[in-house]
Amino acid sequence: MNTAQQRPVHLNLFKIRLPIGAIMSIIHRITGVAMFLAVPFLIYLMDLSLISEQGYQQARAIVHAPLGIVLLFGLMWGLSHHLLAGIRYLLIDIDVGVEKPQARHSALAVTVVAPVLGLLLTWGLL
Amino acid sequence: MSRKASGLKAWVLQRATAIYIGLFALYLLLVMLFAAPASYAAWRDWFATPLMGIATLVFVVAILMHAWVGIRDVIIDYVWNTPARVTVLSLVALGLVACALWASQSLILVRLV
Repeated sequence: MNTAQQRPVHLNLFKIRLPIGAIMSIIHRITGVAMFLAVPFLIYLMDLSLISEQGYQQARAIVHAPLGIVLLFGLMWGLSHHLLAGIRYLLIDIDVGVEKPQARHSALAVTVVAPVLGLLLTWGLL
Repeated sequence: MSRKASGLKAWVLQRATAIYIGLFALYLLLVMLFAAPASYAAWRDWFATPLMGIATLVFVVAILMHAWVGIRDVIIDYVWNTPARVTVLSLVALGLVACALWASQSLILVRLV
């Protein structure tokens, strides 16, 4: 009982240190939740595009509208980050890149490469 | 919540689904980047082939299972009040099942068009 009260609590977001691994990790979580929320919309687009010629053109128009392009970039960035960070976790599972310097480098690489890859994918897909 | 997706089973499920999702997403992206179907007919015919239909459905179900394990962890972290937690988890599960049925319906219909 008493020990629970004596535990230090550091919830001030401006005082919590966030090393690159933690930043990469929280983006992995945020992109996961964001893509979960995107699932019904993506199924809607798939359904619309497959049902008829008219629906296919509507789906194309949605994706090519300004808001559609921004959302597509968000999805491609999110997918890139989540996938790259996921591959990093799988490699760490099999003891590749576990040491602190390597883990920090790979976390930085994932965080920096993902938006660039997201931009390239968006450009390539449009 | 569920003994079928907790502990080691959830850990394995998350990784097995991740590998399938990653590989199929890569396939989808490569086709859309370098050999995108140019018309509605080509797009529809691609999804109407039996192998692509099943592979896409497995992709959707794998995403929903993967999302369930991930979102459940997030909810357990942030929703501490038990009735609220059960309610949110139930709504997420219901939403995921609805998505799976919606996608199946769409992929079955395209083979009948």
